[in-house]
Amino acid sequence: MAVLVLLLFGGGAVGGIWYYFSPKYTRVGYSPIQPVPFPHSVHVDQVGLDCRYCHSQVEKSWYSNIPSATTCMNCHNQILKEDPRLQIIRDSAQDGRPVPWVQVHKVPDYVYFNHSVHVNRGVSCVHCHGEINKMDEVYHAKPLSMTFCLDCHRNPGPNLRPLDRITDLGWKGANPDVQKSQGEQFAHDWKVNASQNCSACHR
Amino acid sequence: MRYIFIVWVVCVAVVVGFAGFKGDKTRRPPIELFPDMDRQPKLRPQAENAFFKDGRSSQLPPQGTIARNSRWEQTAENTGRIPGGTNFVNAIPVPVTSELMARGQERYTIYCLPCHGASGDGKGVTSKLGMTLVGDLHDQKGRKLVTASDGQIFDTITNGRNLMGAYGSVLDPKDRWAVVAYVRALQLSRLGLLDDIPAADRASIK
Ligand code: HEC
Ligand code: HEC
Ligand code: HEC
Ligand code: HEC
Ligand code: HEC
Repeated sequence: MAVLVLLLFGGGAVGGIWYYFSPKYTRVGYSPIQPVPFPHSVHVDQVGLDCRYCHSQVEKSWYSNIPSATTCMNCHNQILKEDPRLQIIRDSAQDGRPVPWVQVHKVPDYVYFNHSVHVNRGVSCVHCHGEINKMDEVYHAKPLSMTFCLDCHRNPGPNLRPLDRITDLGWKGANPDVQKSQGEQFAHDWKVNASQNCSACHR
Repeated sequence: MRYIFIVWVVCVAVVVGFAGFKGDKTRRPPIELFPDMDRQPKLRPQAENAFFKDGRSSQLPPQGTIARNSRWEQTAENTGRIPGGTNFVNAIPVPVTSELMARGQERYTIYCLPCHGASGDGKGVTSKLGMTLVGDLHDQKGRKLVTASDGQIFDTITNGRNLMGAYGSVLDPKDRWAVVAYVRALQLSRLGLLDDIPAADRASIK
């Protein structure tokens, strides 16, 4: 009897912790209310913008910037000129007050992450951010936990793709096998060395 | 025995009911289970920061200073103008190679194509979605852009013009010249004459 209770409740507690105390639960699915309901689906899939049109520093810096309001006004000074949803953007472009976007993806401060290293070595945005091009509201699609990083760092080859396909999130390659061997080839040609040293990410 | 089992089921149901499942969309900020050093008092770009008066971590450079590695020299390469004056340079002041051209095509595709279109005729996707005033890079009637100097196109990219925004902050000078070179190539493709084609091939395009 006592054993059964222990099994049921102890097992339940262990199962609960195993299930819930994981970044797959604590982060994945996070989708804050943004000050402007900016839909990536419209801008990327419908208008056909490249990620780098807005996230212009992603190839050059560790940090992938959120665009300034003037970037939006390149188009929205003609498109949806009077739309109330874009009032904050217009004000910001006028007087320079920042738009209070809420950050979705955020590694702990003791982790060093770098966008340009990955983007210039054939790792696509879709690998770490999910299918942004289909999202009306950005949500946290991948766990970005230490295992997530290391799973790739141990064997990056199969995940690499041609450099001109990084921002083409729907790209699949001719077929999975071709893509895999192509990736292995890139890993060899570019002398890719995805470090597993603690000091690479914890510096 | 049965009651214990029922209590257990209720407990599980309550926990799952409150906590939901993995991957559910949620407005709740991520939970940091062991938050010891997760958030440190260091600067994160584009974040809020009470240290500065305007409350942001990314500060504009103070007046009279420039960022390290920025291109400040008043040379034709950086400004598109003949040094010492305001006249635009006539020709691209960097060597035009096939790499520069390829780079120009890539950057044109990212930053210009959505509005100006793949062929530069001003009929990109945005023209079908509400954008009515987009420059035609061939400007069939006035030929203004075809006869403009390279430096002037460079200046338009850098600072914008009329309704077009400035792209100087996203394209560094070298990339701007690359785009100028590619725009020139697009224009030439429309200006070609039959005589430019080897005599033997002329019949094939008639
Ligand atoms: C028209 C400009 C624009 C384009 C093009 C664009 N984005 Fe964004 N992106 C934004 C803005 C503005 C935000 C901030 C608002 C938000 O999170 O929805 C953002 C947010 C994001 C975020 C979440 C940032 C965070 O806080 O964690 C990711 C990831 C992202 N974009 C990836 C992409 C990818 C991948 C592409 C290309 C497929 C892309 N973006 C194309 C403007 C753009
Ligand atoms: C290349 C041009 C371009 C840029 C840059 C751009 N947009 Fe748009 N945006 C569009 C077009 C085209 C539409 C679709 C208009 C329509 O549906 O009639 C649109 C629609 C929208 C909508 C309404 C979407 C809906 O569901 O109807 C919002 C909100 C918006 N944009 C916000 C932004 C913000 C914020 C930025 C800056 C980060 C931005 N846009 C940058 C072209 C652009
Ligand atoms: C190897 C994984 C990986 C790849 C590939 C990747 N990202 Fe990220 N991205 C991250 C991580 C991790 C963060 C959180 C960084 C932080 O804490 O500042 C992030 C943050 C962001 C942010 C939010 C920055 C902020 O502070 O608001 C944007 C925008 C973004 N990424 C866009 C992109 C785009 C666009 C691409 C593709 C060109 C891309 N990312 C490719 C892992 C990745
Ligand atoms: C899909 C594969 C992939 C994922 C996922 C990935 N990386 Fe990487 N990462 C790479 C590759 C490939 C390189 C090596 C690039 C090179 O050879 O220059 C690399 C390099 C790095 C470097 C530079 C190491 C050095 O030697 O300086 C850091 C730091 C890094 N990654 C951090 C992270 C973190 C943190 C995460 C998780 C949020 C992550 N990476 C997820 C593929 C990945
Ligand atoms: C590829 C990048 C990478 C490498 C290499 C790496 N880590 Fe991590 N580590 C991370 C990331 C990302 C996190 C944050 C995980 C999270 O927040 O879910 C992390 C978190 C941690 C934590 C904190 C866990 C917690 O929740 O408090 C410890 C401890 C740690 N790493 C130790 C190590 C050690 C020891 C090594 C070397 C054997 C190492 N890491 C190598 C990326 C890396």
